[in-house]
Amino acid sequence: MTMQTRDTVHEGIVMYGGSPKILMVGAGLLLAVLAPYVLYPVFLMKVLCFALFACAFNLLIGFAGLLSFGHAAFFGSAAYIAAHTVKEWGWAPEAGLLAATVVAGLMGLVFGLIAIRRQGIYFAMITLALSQMVFFLALQLPFTHGEDGIQGVPRGLLFGLFDLSQPLTMYYTVLAIFLAGFALIWRTVHSPFGQVLKAIRENEPRAVSLGYRTDRYKLVAFVLSASLAGLAGGTKAIVFQLASLTDVTWQMSGEVVLMTLLGGMGTLFGPVVGAGLVVTLESYLASTSLPVPVVIGCIFVVCVLVFRRGIVGELMHRLTGKGNR
Amino acid sequence: MSQLLGIPPQALFGQLLLGLINGSFYALLSLGLAVIFGMLNVVNMAHGALYMVGAFVAWLLLSYAGVGYWGALVLAPLVVGLIGLVLERTMLRRLYKVDHLYGLLLTFGLALIFEGAFRHWYGVSGQPYPIPDLLKGGTNLGFMYLPTYRGWVVAASLLVCLGTWFAIERTKLGAYLRAATENPTLVQAFGINVPVMVSLTYGFGVALAGLAGVLAAPIYQVSPLMGSNLIIVVFAVVVIGGMGSILGAIVTGLGLGLLEGLTKVVYPEASNIVVFVIMAVVLMMKPAGLFGRER
Amino acid sequence: MPDGMHTKTAMLEIADLHGYYGESHVLHGVSLEVRQGEVVTLLGRNGAGKTSTMRAIMGIMGKRTGSIRFQGQELIGMAQHRIPRLGIGYVPEERGIFSSLSVDENLTLPPVVKDGGMTVPQIYDLFPNLKGRGSTQGTRLSGGEQQMLAIARILRTGATLILLDEPTEGLAPVIIEQIGVAVRALKARGFTIVLVEQNFRFAATIADRHYVMEEGHVVDMIPNDQLDANMDKLHTYLGV
Repeated sequence: MTMQTRDTVHEGIVMYGGSPKILMVGAGLLLAVLAPYVLYPVFLMKVLCFALFACAFNLLIGFAGLLSFGHAAFFGSAAYIAAHTVKEWGWAPEAGLLAATVVAGLMGLVFGLIAIRRQGIYFAMITLALSQMVFFLALQLPFTHGEDGIQGVPRGLLFGLFDLSQPLTMYYTVLAIFLAGFALIWRTVHSPFGQVLKAIRENEPRAVSLGYRTDRYKLVAFVLSASLAGLAGGTKAIVFQLASLTDVTWQMSGEVVLMTLLGGMGTLFGPVVGAGLVVTLESYLASTSLPVPVVIGCIFVVCVLVFRRGIVGELMHRLTGKGNR
Repeated sequence: MSQLLGIPPQALFGQLLLGLINGSFYALLSLGLAVIFGMLNVVNMAHGALYMVGAFVAWLLLSYAGVGYWGALVLAPLVVGLIGLVLERTMLRRLYKVDHLYGLLLTFGLALIFEGAFRHWYGVSGQPYPIPDLLKGGTNLGFMYLPTYRGWVVAASLLVCLGTWFAIERTKLGAYLRAATENPTLVQAFGINVPVMVSLTYGFGVALAGLAGVLAAPIYQVSPLMGSNLIIVVFAVVVIGGMGSILGAIVTGLGLGLLEGLTKVVYPEASNIVVFVIMAVVLMMKPAGLFGRER
Repeated sequence: MPDGMHTKTAMLEIADLHGYYGESHVLHGVSLEVRQGEVVTLLGRNGAGKTSTMRAIMGIMGKRTGSIRFQGQELIGMAQHRIPRLGIGYVPEERGIFSSLSVDENLTLPPVVKDGGMTVPQIYDLFPNLKGRGSTQGTRLSGGEQQMLAIARILRTGATLILLDEPTEGLAPVIIEQIGVAVRALKARGFTIVLVEQNFRFAATIADRHYVMEEGHVVDMIPNDQLDANMDKLHTYLGV
């Protein structure tokens, strides 16, 4: 892999190293806690769901060098599972989310077993094709209700205690879910496992020759990424009380790629920034007559041509003053 | 499998013909993808969008310039090919030195732009495109009724596919192309302008998609979304066939189209996903694809 | 400079050539000249810059500074595909036979750039091994045959200067003998040849002069007739 994301893991550690960085993280957390008093909670929750989705996706592309073009399959399917278990079977939201995460993880296992047999471009095409299969299944299976989707999902009581129909309660729940997912990704990236993934991204044959069974590492990363994408999708279904076909389309897979690319592949915070920007942009565009896909497509093209480090990647590059290596 | 006996041959052959037509489009599109991939190492995600553009160019020519089907059959691929040349010269070219995934991402963005723009202008509903007079009607073959236009599509696609195969495998120009696919630097060191060849290859590959779009216009309606779902199936076809061989792309495309048609008869619910299932099975058994070489 | 050399004009003049692959600086001021009809070798250890010099001449290098003049024309800054069209043929170290092309297709691939190239029958006379192998896949030939094919395909083009990168590498002595015969025949036909060689015994049988390279530049020039007198020096250079 020669994507320009090499040093950012290392730089991510640096971000946590100095005390000003801790202050920044603290300030960020404080902002997240206070935000719903200024901005619409629903908007913020949407950002958080997509931020988690993008972080999960970034775990693969940014830290293992695998471009999945089918992550909507996990996000969308998990949304269906959460919506169905909560609405039709009357499960508690936490149980629905757990089921959603587990199902997404299992799907990730199946996808992974098939897709890790090829690399690079082929990997992207295979994941895209498999996710399209999931799209057709979602279109045809009765429990997804086709074009209508699963509507009117009750938010319910979290752990039987917290009433999620209260916007602030729902918001802090989503924030907690996001932070837990983010922390897990952070831990993974900085663990020995994450180091091996990085080694595979840099030079897979060398990792193989060092005795690592790289396929297993890639598979575990894939399953983890799919599960977290599922957690994000399930949460989104509870928040919006809706699971629909939109979330399993290839356009959705493309959107999460864009969020990550825009924010900075291989940076921990990049996908969060990217998700925030894309969601903001889309809600802004919705009130104009500009065609959303065209704008999104243009951002894609510009990012790929002249802004491959993404926002956070570029910032880190400038701040640390590291030249090309 | 006992259902198979209960199916009237008319329905069976009708679905197989539909499958063959889909297969013709798979073959044309995967051929273009394979040619582009071989030379540029780019998976052209914009291929489906450019197929749609080809169909739209035909429709626009007819609606606004009075140019009919036969004119469009020549002009639309030229227009799409020119668009391809511009895209390669201005954008794709900058990405050859970075990871190949960026080529995929760029062309994905381009696909969004093309589809979004046509959707913005023409909405999602399809525009009808008439079958040219010469190809109206049909023939009763005894066991089935063959609409002339559909027969023409299969024949024309096959002809173009085989012509492309011949040009690549049996001509001097094709030898340059094959050589440049293997070792562009050396071919350049023989005095051949490889960057121009690369541009022309991309232009030719997408022109094939444009041609497929014109052929498809009278069968499917001309709609902004006609390419996006088709192209994902074509990606699966390409993974199944492997990118190694031109003939492989053609054979796999036609074969999978037929198989899809057959599935529609036997178990209609699975017809949308059968190609993807086959892809998974092939990958488990032969990761490089049926005709592919590990690379 | 020995007497008698002034009578022929320089065909290729390289002056203070620096070359880079990405960030790494591989050529550090190469200067040399090759006259019409000469066979000149570049000798040196691995990594001395011999192959890089050839690639720099052909323009297969990220960045070059200095001057490379062929028949008076400056090659630095010229579009890559125009360089061979001036009449320079390149036979790369790895031979570069295309596996997806037949022997015939490999042979006729490089376009004819000048009049006066050899005809296919003449080429078969020079390399009888290639005769009758036309439809074989290029890479099915033996190593020696592939080397012959790599040289043969350049001869058709009318190129007058031939860059031969290690034509004997990895070949059996009897094949090396054949390649030597062919190179001498080419010299007799008036081709100008620059030869990269590790095997200076082979080089000594065909070359007029030898340039010795070290660390990306030319450190010495030894005319072939003074080779014996300079053997000790050469051994030191090459570390044999």
